[in-house]
Amino acid sequence: MNIKTEFSDKTLTAIIEGDIDHHTAKGIRETIDLAVEEKNPSALTLDFGNVQFMDSSGIGLIMGRYRLMKLLNGNLELVNLPEHINRLISLSGLFSLDIIKNKGCEQIETRE
Amino acid sequence: MKPVNEMKIEFVSRSSNESFARATVAAFVSQLDPTISELADIKTAVSEAVTNCIVHAYKNSIGTIYISVQIFDTGRITIKIRDKGVGIPNIKKAMEPLFTTGGDERAGLGFAVMQSFMDKIKVTSKIDKGTTVTLEKDIIPRVLRNG
Ligand SMILES: Nc1ncnc2c1ncn2[C@@H]1O[C@H](COP(=O)(O)OP(=O)(O)OP(=O)(O)O)[C@@H](O)[C@H]1O
Ligand SMILES: [Mg+2]
Repeated sequence: MNIKTEFSDKTLTAIIEGDIDHHTAKGIRETIDLAVEEKNPSALTLDFGNVQFMDSSGIGLIMGRYRLMKLLNGNLELVNLPEHINRLISLSGLFSLDIIKNKGCEQIETRE
Repeated sequence: MKPVNEMKIEFVSRSSNESFARATVAAFVSQLDPTISELADIKTAVSEAVTNCIVHAYKNSIGTIYISVQIFDTGRITIKIRDKGVGIPNIKKAMEPLFTTGGDERAGLGFAVMQSFMDKIKVTSKIDKGTTVTLEKDIIPRVLRNG
């Protein structure tokens, strides 16, 4: 399994490990969505610290979880973004949504 | 220009082969001693093109994906990813950021990522015949990198 979830203080944290691509995204998505359904968290934190690789399938995954958390009136936070994944997410324009991004990335980007 | 080295692989369009494809191309281009960042760019672009073959070209079937990589003495690499799938009706439209026929869980960013992470991209396609994506990148020789 390439994902672990933890729940405390109404925050669900998903620690993703290994590669995020089209092949692995489905299992990651199902694990997160199931945990969200169970815990009904007010915030979802995705931890990328142990992710070795990500392509645009990961962007789709983040967008989908953003939509899910908005439905629950909750927030989505991205933490420990490796440099390459940070570049990919910047390219996607995702940071223009109210996604919180911190820890391990000094500058918070804003886009018009 | 003749390549100084070349490799070809083909494999079935199973999603478990996505990591095989990008790792294999990365292993082959490693002889140019690319930076970690250049290697990550190449792996990501290859992953995008291969995933498109699996998700779109062979949507309701299993087909063969063909990859060839050429290395030139200037440090340029050319990667061709080819399928014999459904083809793309409107390439210009398909390449627009956020355009997708893949539904909710797809971002429509694969081509934008290939464009941004590689130096050049060319796409040719024919309905019901298939699609070829050609990616190019110049790897900066190590001797010039620190100077
Ligand atoms: N090899 C292919 N064969 C047929 N159609 C393709 C192929 N590659 C891309 N397409 C078409 O081009 C569109 C855009 O591709 P692109 O990779 O940019 O986005 P996506 O695959 O839809 O989403 P993402 O890559 O972000 O997961 C696809 O939705 C699909 O309609
Ligand atoms: Mg794609």
